[in-house]
Amino acid sequence: MKQASRTPEYELALMERVCSGEKHLFYELIQPYERSVYIAAHSVLQNEADAEEVAQEAFLKAFSHLSTFRKESKFSTWLIQIAINEARMKRRKDRKGLYESIDQQNTDDEGDYFPRDFADWREIPSEALQRNELRQALQKALASLDEKYREVFVMRDIQNVSIAETALALGITEASVKTRLLRARLQMRDALAPGFDGAWKVGDGSWKKVRPW
Amino acid sequence: MATIEISCIHVWREISNYIDGEIDPEVRRRMEEHFKGCEHCSAILDGTKNVVRLVGDGHAFDLPRGFSSRLKDRLEKELKG
Repeated sequence: MKQASRTPEYELALMERVCSGEKHLFYELIQPYERSVYIAAHSVLQNEADAEEVAQEAFLKAFSHLSTFRKESKFSTWLIQIAINEARMKRRKDRKGLYESIDQQNTDDEGDYFPRDFADWREIPSEALQRNELRQALQKALASLDEKYREVFVMRDIQNVSIAETALALGITEASVKTRLLRARLQMRDALAPGFDGAWKVGDGSWKKVRPW
Repeated sequence: MATIEISCIHVWREISNYIDGEIDPEVRRRMEEHFKGCEHCSAILDGTKNVVRLVGDGHAFDLPRGFSSRLKDRLEKELKG
């Protein structure tokens, strides 16, 4: 998670000022985390407009509960936790009366996942990300994951949150974080690998050959 | 010292922990040996690392345009008074 280079002391001081009535400082307090909170909400809802709405609600909730924030935890994790809860609540509300999605069952952490047999696609340069196609492919790959895998993947690999903090924010054990992350990463690789086989070429096209057949 | 070999399936189970360094040094050593001799697993390792690197560089997911100013407006409106 990229955060502004301000000190924790400064952040705590800001927080205290907000709590004692200087509401106008709240945006400054949360500004370094707006992206994290949005991405967390998006990992649950998979929709820009809903994620934005939930992110706003999460910040408002954070404001009204700011005095309950326990200083020994990380502010970012606390905010993300609120966003995840709000997003889950919204999803539940929207789906009410429809059906319980099968992918929400907690049956899957056991059992091996077998990666598909792609030959290597060792070097995809990050500059390729500027290409819309690739960003879209990432979004699509992410959307193809079951929510419980996606949430963990987004926390760990997109937001760079530690295993312990991810467990805390999602309300699962550290062992579950690791198991789900494994599945998520292998599936992401499977989902992305074929696209690099000529569907788009990056740079000098040096990695056109992807599949062994 | 001879390293006891481990299977591809075992390697896949641990590949994510391997990337994160969340692994027993002995298992790490065996995996390193395995990658040297198994092109398939080393391709999976590289591909998986690649995914992690691609999504982690901060460019993969942006805020929607205007997000910050809309958030600011909403906060100002709701926190007034």
